[in-house]
Amino acid sequence: MSDFSLPVSAVIDPGTAASERGTFLETLHGWVVTVDHKRLGILYILYSTFFLLVAGAEALFIRLQLAYPHNHLLSAQVFNRLFTMHGTTMVFLVGMPFLFGFANYIVPLQIGARDMAFPRLNAFSFWLTAFGGLLLYYSFLGGAGLYGMGNAPDVGWFAYAPLTARSFSPGHATDYWALALIVSGFGTLGTAINIIATVISMRCKGMTLMRMPLFTWLLLIVSMLTLVTITPLTAAQFMLLVDRYLGGHFFDTQAGGSSLIWIHFFWIFGHPEVYVLVLPAFAIANEIIPVFCRKAIFGYPAMIAASVAIMFVSLSVWAHHMFTVGMTSVSNAFFTLSTMLVGVPTGIKIFNWIATLWGGRIRFTTPMLFCIGFLFQFLIAGLTGIMLSVSPWDWQLHNSYFVIAHFHYVLVGAIVFCIFGGLYYWYPKATGHLMSDALGKWHFWLFVIGFHITFDTMHFLGLLGMPRSIYTYQPDRGWNFLNLVVSVGGLIQGIAVLIFAYNFIVSYWRGEVAGDDPWDAWTLEWATSSPPPVYNFEELPEVHSRRPLWDAKHPDDPDWEYES
Amino acid sequence: MSTVPIKHPGQTVEWHLPSKRRVGMSALITGESAIFTIFVVAYVFYVGKSLTGPTPAQVLEVPTLSTICLLSSSLTIWRAEKAIEDERIASFTLWLATTIALGAAFLTETALEWKKLIFQDGLTISTNLFGTTFYSLVGLHATHVVVGLLLLTTTLVFSLLGWVDSRHSERFGVIALYWHFVDGVWVVVFTVVYLIGR
Repeated sequence: MSDFSLPVSAVIDPGTAASERGTFLETLHGWVVTVDHKRLGILYILYSTFFLLVAGAEALFIRLQLAYPHNHLLSAQVFNRLFTMHGTTMVFLVGMPFLFGFANYIVPLQIGARDMAFPRLNAFSFWLTAFGGLLLYYSFLGGAGLYGMGNAPDVGWFAYAPLTARSFSPGHATDYWALALIVSGFGTLGTAINIIATVISMRCKGMTLMRMPLFTWLLLIVSMLTLVTITPLTAAQFMLLVDRYLGGHFFDTQAGGSSLIWIHFFWIFGHPEVYVLVLPAFAIANEIIPVFCRKAIFGYPAMIAASVAIMFVSLSVWAHHMFTVGMTSVSNAFFTLSTMLVGVPTGIKIFNWIATLWGGRIRFTTPMLFCIGFLFQFLIAGLTGIMLSVSPWDWQLHNSYFVIAHFHYVLVGAIVFCIFGGLYYWYPKATGHLMSDALGKWHFWLFVIGFHITFDTMHFLGLLGMPRSIYTYQPDRGWNFLNLVVSVGGLIQGIAVLIFAYNFIVSYWRGEVAGDDPWDAWTLEWATSSPPPVYNFEELPEVHSRRPLWDAKHPDDPDWEYES
Repeated sequence: MSTVPIKHPGQTVEWHLPSKRRVGMSALITGESAIFTIFVVAYVFYVGKSLTGPTPAQVLEVPTLSTICLLSSSLTIWRAEKAIEDERIASFTLWLATTIALGAAFLTETALEWKKLIFQDGLTISTNLFGTTFYSLVGLHATHVVVGLLLLTTTLVFSLLGWVDSRHSERFGVIALYWHFVDGVWVVVFTVVYLIGR
């Protein structure tokens, strides 16, 4: 396969890892004590894949309950717990760990480094995140304390005050929620610090900032955004615990406290968080789209500038979640305009991706299909976002299924699609085997059909006035058929994800052997063996352009002649 | 695999990247600043909103001495940084010990202030909004002083055991960076709590 010369020589003995496989306990011990960025990356991915299935199952229960009116599958309390756990899990235990898993695995390889800047901090961060997840799910057993049945938190993933006060949420369910997010928040902070230090201080020779792969660039930007995004949530959670345990009054409306300030603090975290999740999705698309249309990315500097712009603007849009709390018209106008402004750099990105596709020789492999789905769906999600940014429109549709449809279009239609694309794309690098393309296409088509059946229909339910977070509804509202359609779409997506899970597991043993560079790609992670050895590169590489492997494969026509 | 050397016309340039430790600490400080910002915002938002007393004007005294102690410790730790860079270990140990003493004096005065507030004025974290926000913000800062003192004391012990030399100046510089941050935050906390909020 590789008859071209790579900028780095082959690894010393790629077979070592396989031949020295010890007993099960030794292997397990090796994975628990590991500080290797690749193993930690895989642990992150497995952890979040597991929770993707868990939170997906929760979503299916929610949809089964809402499939027809006056359903008694779930009680109102259980329904509240399920949507709280679904939201919290998907954001904190699926979205963030997935993206940090990709970052952990890919960033050091792409910048030609042997590991992250702080390998032990890296392991510590992962185990904190993992412990946070266990803590959250332990609430099912211990949430009510020792005196009663367990229960999960039921305050919504945004946990608006004063519902979280002791008098309205007795027991420990809310405490588990707050503690789990504090613990995993520290893990996230540690990983963000690590990625920043790695990207800034560990790049191989010749990799200037303007030669860095866009994936690495965007992860740097995301990590900087994470520093100031996850920490306000941690601070607010500490305040909540002071209220609940020490009798504080931060959010205690009886003692002059304000419930509004919780909403502000939460969304100061919550809105940039959307960009923390979506920018890594862009990062994955930035790698996959050029490779599968055989062209260099269009507008590399514009892509970076747009990402930096998104980072700054996204910090000033949070109150568009709060148009209905009754702000001044100046605030409404400000947050409407700043929200529309985010659409500008995002639009630049969409145009750049389309320009990259334009005239390319597109290969419709599974990762590329997911990225094309992403482009289409993210555009629609952006457009409904612009609609909701207009405050009068938001007054009409706030807390309706229209909003649910909008943000699921971003979170599923953009982020989950890119995560799937990234998994298919880098799976051969991590395991040495390709995932089945035929099953991948079944996965893609079922998922994309199920996605549109579910979330396109949800927009109409929202316009018809169906509010979010209700556990059942009257049969005379005119929502019956549409709700059934939404639930059927959910089931189709569930089947698609099961196909993916099967493919993901079975390909590890049965998948076609991939070789070092199955996609004929251009970034440094494809220059080493699959899977890479512990030390990544025998000799640290030196790069002269944005596509070091292109230079290696085409010494007569290297990129550095065109890049200034 | 045959390796054809790749010829690049550009000369091999010197390749210098920033210290990963400094970058990491700067990133941590950025994140911590956001945490403090939220607590400061909560403090300012709730100034004068308490439904019952005691109020800041009734019970707070400006902690001049402890502020002088903490701010001058930034100066002494800077002297320690210079000393370790120049391999003057005795001088380093002395300046480090002075820094720890100043930090400890700050904490002691905070403890005395809190003792007065709790036992004389009857202000606890659950008394009113002022108590909640005051103890949270000042306590959060004091926690950071405690962490800084633990780091510095560990370094002092190592230094007294003779384990420290100029090779460790970069690592010590990172601790010093954190300490400067803790001092800088105090300027903000002091201004908000004792000057604006009183």
